[in-house]
Amino acid sequence: MGRLRANPDQQRAFRRLVGRHAPPAPLLRNLALAFVVGGSICAVGQIFMNGFLGRGLPPERAGAMTAVVVVLIGATLTAFGLYDEIVRLAGMGGALPISGFSNAVAAPAMEYRREGWVFGVGAKMFTVAGPVIAFGLLASLAIGAVYVVLGLPLPK
Amino acid sequence: MEATAVAREALPPSLATRPTLRFEDAWVTGSAAVAGPAEGRGPLGHAFDEVCADHLLGRRTWERAESELHRRALDRLCGKLGLGRSDFDLLLAGDLLNQTVASAFAAREADIPFCGLYSACATFAEGLGLAAALCAAHYVRRVAVVVSSHHDAAERQYRFPTELGSQRPPTAQWTATGAVAVAVEAGAVDRALAKVLAFTPGRVLDYLVKDPFNMGAAMAPAAADTLAAHLAALGLPADSCGAVYTGDLARVGVPVCEELLRAAGWSVQVRDCGSELYDPAHQDVHAGGSGAACSALVFAARILPDLRGGTYARACLCGTGSLHSPTTYQQGESIPGIAHAVTLERVARGNGRP
Repeated sequence: MGRLRANPDQQRAFRRLVGRHAPPAPLLRNLALAFVVGGSICAVGQIFMNGFLGRGLPPERAGAMTAVVVVLIGATLTAFGLYDEIVRLAGMGGALPISGFSNAVAAPAMEYRREGWVFGVGAKMFTVAGPVIAFGLLASLAIGAVYVVLGLPLPK
Repeated sequence: MEATAVAREALPPSLATRPTLRFEDAWVTGSAAVAGPAEGRGPLGHAFDEVCADHLLGRRTWERAESELHRRALDRLCGKLGLGRSDFDLLLAGDLLNQTVASAFAAREADIPFCGLYSACATFAEGLGLAAALCAAHYVRRVAVVVSSHHDAAERQYRFPTELGSQRPPTAQWTATGAVAVAVEAGAVDRALAKVLAFTPGRVLDYLVKDPFNMGAAMAPAAADTLAAHLAALGLPADSCGAVYTGDLARVGVPVCEELLRAAGWSVQVRDCGSELYDPAHQDVHAGGSGAACSALVFAARILPDLRGGTYARACLCGTGSLHSPTTYQQGESIPGIAHAVTLERVARGNGRP
């Protein structure tokens, strides 16, 4: 590379210079907000879970129904432009629960609607959540292979 | 180790030959600024010609909205000067969108010969400098320089869909929404708002910053490099250079640039458009503003009025741009920085003129 790229000595000195002036992330505030918001989302989910269980749904079905409800809440808040504000404040507290996954699918679907149903919504809906799905599938394949190789009994 | 000593180690070697264009006959005769809602709520809100109520401006997409910003800025410039579009010989315009479509699509209706520009957020300074050069050389009489950026269009292109939740680090910057049109003319001393004194085009410098959430740092070396060359070429003592503005170095880039400048022998206090466009106490813009419109909005709403009002006799605007794209970033490339510096001078008014 020519001289327009800084040489290693210049880079090292420059990194030290930037390090003096880059403000650190407000870690405590971020942690506290993530805890409160993430916890609240889970508490809401738990309320629905208890409700479904109280109405006599078996635990597995109640869990699935709870996920459906939290996904719906996440997508609805995204549609009203609120979910990105929640994550802006709460970070992973908002992004990690399944409502955050819902936001990661709904947001590109809204954004790329302007390029049409096929090349917009259809093609780009999973630009953010796609890696989670792809590597989630890969991980489940790998774990399945481990079960087969070791001859373990498959969980029900 | 002392900061200046570290900065001295980081300095790039100076160029043997380096053009600074000096102008005798290039004048800024008008400006029009159209700002987005967040920019309107900032400290310069009262000084814009128009503040848009929302980010779509009645259009269907962010990109069309940005083109509309362009159109409105140019229309307002024509209105303020009492000119038609055909009174301009040339349109120099740019923006941040891929293939600079906001400018090109607005130029469809401008009906002025059009040269598209791109220097990321330094596009305004580039346009101003080139317009002054073309006017001063008398190739053209009157040039319109128009730049724009749009927060949501930029978010969608450079980062994520606008409604996707993400937490940004405090070094991140906020792309401004707005468009600015400026008229640069030859032979217009009697109508001039300011004289364009000199223009130093910058070189691309890359210090291997790879974090697009710390663009201030990526652009700081280019800003210091161009400013040091520009100030030296002006041949003025540091205290007569007037206000020295950088485009959008923001909270991290400004002190880094100041240290580098000090190491190069220039103890100047740098003001930053990205730091003056918003109110950091009430607006969550992280390290500060950015975007092609950022420096242009502050130029139209603060630098030009301050020059006319006599707050300072000269003002240097060093536009700063980071020349990366989402593709190059994802492919692991670093962020090259660019900076172009333009100095303007107050026009002395004698003989009863204000």
